[in-house]
Amino acid sequence: MVGIVGYGAYIPKYRIKVEEIARVWNKDPNAIKKGLLVYEKAVPSLDEDTATIAVEASRNALKRSEINPKDIGAVYVGSESHPYAVKPTSTIVAEAIDATPELTAADLEFACKAGTAGIQMCMGLVESGLIKYGLAIGADTAQGAPGDALEYTAAAGGAAYIIGKSNVIAEFNGTYSYTTDTPDFWRREGKPYPRHGGRFTGEPAYFKHVINAAEGLMEKMGTKPEDYDYCVFHQPNGKFYIRVAKTLGFKEEQYKYGLLTPQIGNTYSGAVPLGLSNILDHCEGGERVLAVSYGSGAGSDAFDITITERINKVKDKAPKTAYYLERKEYIDYAIYAKFRRKIKM
Amino acid sequence: MVVRSWRHIKERYNLIGVRCKNCGTVYFPSREICPKCRRKTDFEDIKLSGRGKVYTYSVVHVAPKDFEKQAPYVIAIIELEEGVKITGQVVDCKPDEVYIGMPVEVVFRRIKEDGDDGVITYGYKFRPVEN
Repeated sequence: MVGIVGYGAYIPKYRIKVEEIARVWNKDPNAIKKGLLVYEKAVPSLDEDTATIAVEASRNALKRSEINPKDIGAVYVGSESHPYAVKPTSTIVAEAIDATPELTAADLEFACKAGTAGIQMCMGLVESGLIKYGLAIGADTAQGAPGDALEYTAAAGGAAYIIGKSNVIAEFNGTYSYTTDTPDFWRREGKPYPRHGGRFTGEPAYFKHVINAAEGLMEKMGTKPEDYDYCVFHQPNGKFYIRVAKTLGFKEEQYKYGLLTPQIGNTYSGAVPLGLSNILDHCEGGERVLAVSYGSGAGSDAFDITITERINKVKDKAPKTAYYLERKEYIDYAIYAKFRRKIKM
Repeated sequence: MVVRSWRHIKERYNLIGVRCKNCGTVYFPSREICPKCRRKTDFEDIKLSGRGKVYTYSVVHVAPKDFEKQAPYVIAIIELEEGVKITGQVVDCKPDEVYIGMPVEVVFRRIKEDGDDGVITYGYKFRPVEN
């Protein structure tokens, strides 16, 4: 059965607190923290971008998989912040993990779910026998316009998954997607910052797609929330995540490891891949996981995953997600503005 | 700029150097002749581990044009496990935290970019080993 052969996370070191952003825009930080359930967010350094995050995460995935990188037949990088508008991130990643030249590669964009779309593409190529292993990465250095509500959450980070059939640490029991044309969040060509539909991003967008994808997958698999040991959902903020988990009937012990946004912000395409990597760091063989991504525009990919006994052999072969969560240095808004290139010179 | 960046991708992305099979000496960046073995030079490519320690370092306050926004930053000579010494930036730490002998590991970062519409050059830097 197709499954995960290796996984790896990466989160930049720098953090900015909600209080610091709120100070600049004269907002009440407690109201924002309570409203969004986000306390601080990860900020990439001046020399970090989606490509460097994707490479670090992929190198960690390779350490866990112990495969020959030349056996990777496909590299897909899902992001909405690729360093180039035209010129693939995926070729940079493929070269930096020494997987070139016999492979296919492409960059994907679907707001926050391009990473899980890459996982599905790799599943198809592996299952059909066209490739031995596929590498799918979800990574972002998300941008929020200065003063916009998104500025409190738009963060940086990513995780990589090597998909294959042998020596898997987790098996995909099934996947299900739910997609419609819903313009809740977008960025037009050539514009530096995205725009969003405010409250419209909730019910008809995030909740509708995540709930339908989760319920659609559980109906397909014949499962109920109590059949899963852990779950992870897309997390534009902590509040949406907890509400969708509870609405679907999941309990805190199932959803707690997947929720990272309060500590690092919304890592967009990296969000569900990173939440899943934290679950993999904590789970045991035989346990079952439900993962549901969400990308504005809009769509959700849901995965039903069973962990194998091999998980404990690979967990410690690369830095765990918690290592990156705890490794942090706070910066003020001025340094944040410099790091995010918000100061035009 | 484009061709110069492209030509060094293999060594700058993956720390590919050469090892002389005749005497065992490792060189980075690659070279054509082993100075110790001369015409008996017998090179093979070697992928360096990226792990090492700071051999010596300098804090750059007055930076070249491409690196002005990063100043002050640390440029160090790193002695890798394989014995070869290479020059690179040390990131994810403040200049006053660096010391001779500090264990470091390789990271993949942006090195420089050719303006805001030119090619981005990626390559190796080093960060402190924390775990």
